[in-house]
Amino acid sequence: MGTYRIGIDVGGTHTDAVLLDENNKVISETKSSTTEDVATGIYKAMNEIITSAKVSREDIHYAMLGTTHCTNAIVERKGLNKIAVVRIGAPATLAVKPLIGVPEELRETLGKYVYLVRGGHEFDGREIVSLDEEHLYKIAEEVKGKVDSIAVTSVFSPVSRDHEERARDIFKEVLGEAVAISLSSEIGSVGLLERENATILNASVVNVAKTAADGFINALKDEGIEANVFFGQNDGTLMSVEYAVRYPIFTVACGPTNSLRGASYLGDLSDAIVVDVGGTTSDVGVLINSFPRESSLEVEIGGARTNFRMPDLISIGLGGGTIVRIQENGDFTIGPDSVGYRLPEKAMIFGGDTLTTTDVAVALGKIELGDSSKVAHLDKELLNSVYLKIVELVEEAIDKMKTSADPIPVILVGGGSILLPTELKGASKVIRPEHSGVANAIGSAISQVSGQIEKIYLLDEIGREKALESAKSEAKAEAINAGADPNSLVIVDIEDVPLAYLPGNATRVRVKAAGELDRKVENAVG
Amino acid sequence: MREIGKQEIEDIAVGAALLGTGGGGDPYIGKLMALQAIEEHGPVTVLDLDEVPDDALVVPSSMMGAPTVMLEKIPSGEEAIEAFQKLEEYLGKKIYATFPIEAGGVNSMLPFALAARLGLPVIDADGMGRAFPELQMVTFYLDGISATPAVIADEKGNTAVLSTIDNVWTERIARAATIQMGGSVMNAMYSMTGKNLKESGIRNILKLEEEIGRTIRLAKANNVNAIQEVLKTVGGFELFRGKVTDINRKTETGFARGVATFEGVGEYKNETLQLRFQNEHLLAQTEKRLLCVTPDLIAVLDAETGLPITTEGIRYGSRCVVIGIPCHPKWRTEKGIETVGPKYFGYDVDYIPVEELVHKEVTK
Repeated sequence: MGTYRIGIDVGGTHTDAVLLDENNKVISETKSSTTEDVATGIYKAMNEIITSAKVSREDIHYAMLGTTHCTNAIVERKGLNKIAVVRIGAPATLAVKPLIGVPEELRETLGKYVYLVRGGHEFDGREIVSLDEEHLYKIAEEVKGKVDSIAVTSVFSPVSRDHEERARDIFKEVLGEAVAISLSSEIGSVGLLERENATILNASVVNVAKTAADGFINALKDEGIEANVFFGQNDGTLMSVEYAVRYPIFTVACGPTNSLRGASYLGDLSDAIVVDVGGTTSDVGVLINSFPRESSLEVEIGGARTNFRMPDLISIGLGGGTIVRIQENGDFTIGPDSVGYRLPEKAMIFGGDTLTTTDVAVALGKIELGDSSKVAHLDKELLNSVYLKIVELVEEAIDKMKTSADPIPVILVGGGSILLPTELKGASKVIRPEHSGVANAIGSAISQVSGQIEKIYLLDEIGREKALESAKSEAKAEAINAGADPNSLVIVDIEDVPLAYLPGNATRVRVKAAGELDRKVENAVG
Repeated sequence: MREIGKQEIEDIAVGAALLGTGGGGDPYIGKLMALQAIEEHGPVTVLDLDEVPDDALVVPSSMMGAPTVMLEKIPSGEEAIEAFQKLEEYLGKKIYATFPIEAGGVNSMLPFALAARLGLPVIDADGMGRAFPELQMVTFYLDGISATPAVIADEKGNTAVLSTIDNVWTERIARAATIQMGGSVMNAMYSMTGKNLKESGIRNILKLEEEIGRTIRLAKANNVNAIQEVLKTVGGFELFRGKVTDINRKTETGFARGVATFEGVGEYKNETLQLRFQNEHLLAQTEKRLLCVTPDLIAVLDAETGLPITTEGIRYGSRCVVIGIPCHPKWRTEKGIETVGPKYFGYDVDYIPVEELVHKEVTK
């Protein structure tokens, strides 16, 4: 009896699915269109891989889903929770009220119930003022029946979460379990507005996440599969359904992350540059220790500035469907627009009328696809300069992501990656692994479980060694909590950043631990 | 006299970030404070320095402490008001107008947040023409103007009036109190007369900041090179073009020190630039040449957009253009160099004006 896992990645255009065996070998794969309701696309893709694989349904023990449900909900402002925004920090922070600096219509949707409560902490953990519990009780009564989700953000909660936890207890006491509570200390790091925005967005997609999770679990049940269900998150690790429903915001960037992780697995490389060529754009990211390098800049989601850790990517407007325009005088442009998912009808090699990057590659004999006679009449010399330009665009993006001039391996994945040559400037080698079209679904299926903490330590008081040790063991505990096997845990990332202008050597420490799924969980299911 | 609304604030913030030469903290919070205050209380009046009476009491409004703390514990807005009121009480005189102490980071924006709330005008002048980390590093100090009597105030309602023997002691005591007050406070220091400011301040700094911001914002729409336009606006020089290949930060005595290494591209190919910073960028040199050194300004701009990058924002792989800008002549005096020159920051080089280092004429 084997142990199989399903990996699904729902992207803007495609829903990809794979079935892997216990050695992570690909048993079956499919790529189908993402549907308007998302769920139908998932059912269809899942059904296809299971039917074609001919494995016993009881042997499928895990199902991992990477999805854009929450991202879409935020961008389209659809299906969002009715939320209350509670900031604990008054009298501090009043000079910049919640949701200032986010787009007007998002502010209108999410800013109906905004409260500023006395409380919060100093950078060293002292209380600014004591928490105004009476006010919290009053707020609870006021929002009763009007909201179903509350975002709580307290000043310096990454240093002390006492006030946020007390607020949660009060809301639970008055409002019961039906109202979801999102605490900022569990979501973001230092930087009040960015963390608050992330917490607000999190609170607003709790229902969306729940619907997605229920849909996925029901789809599995309909297929007769009783598997442990996990969601992929931004950092390339998994979270349980319970966790995903509480912290759905952690799923918003799992797509690119999954494709990077899948590329790492397929290319059998832990450090490399990954180029994921889709229909419309190509994402270039960097793998370090098999994980995506994270962006150090603020990230905007739906126009709101947040301080999440997101994969550091460059996106260029170049994909398999990118439109190539040639003028009378021989000048040409490449994109940025694309025929996208309509490539099979629009591209010249498929009988269409639009010259795409794919047509160029076929005409030059770089790939075999469609009907090459339809592009045989085109000026080869000119197409060659177009092709060189395409390659140059990718090489430039690769170079931008590099940290030094040394050549580094490049892994090509994604449906459009066939366009690119097997030699690129700046690359020590170029790998286009098998199954690279569904690297993202594979990345979803093979993910590990992680735990992460971020805290401020006063190094003069406890010393750097001790601070790091304490942070490491907390991160490991988080990972075990999330379902990781304690024996397989490794620290995958440590970062300590000194805070300028403060004495006592105040330093922000961030540690991430990751490990394999705990076998005990597997046994319990299998 | 002119009015400053939201778009002007956006532009001034970009210009201040550039003249802030990497330091002074992210102006983002200050900008939001100014925007909220203008939204609630209306636009702010800006005065040319010549419009200020000689005997008027004028006071800069600024923050002291860790910008990182301010990003988390945002001010209430009352601190700056309390500091001003306490100072008026102590001096027995009404404050006529406020102005920025420095052209950089969050301090460039705070006077607007306060002015909108109090209905005070903001004067188009500052005390640095750039950003520096320490209290005595202002042109006022060079002319012997005292930082005290000074008031620092926190959001809890605590205020402290400082009366010290010199500005170095003001710095020491204020910093110690700042920690106890929670790591970030608002202050009212360097109160002076209109006449003092006319003699010792740096004029038209807001106009310059706004012009820089507008130039960068409109460059794309006007299809011109943002960086070339900025160089014209500030009278600066391109020092280097390259890609960040290493960044090494450490904290010593409360300051974020470090070195960023850039690998040259284009005409700078095969050259490496080292940029040394202590909150602000202070020294730029290649293997062979010294290119620019404090108090001349060194700004790092995004090669594509021309937007300024702070020391915290410098990251591996960033494509940048490093530019040098001559500082205000007040800094090029003996006392100026002593106060903010390379030796003060522990660099063993002599100050040489940037235009001499790059063999160019000053155009502005």
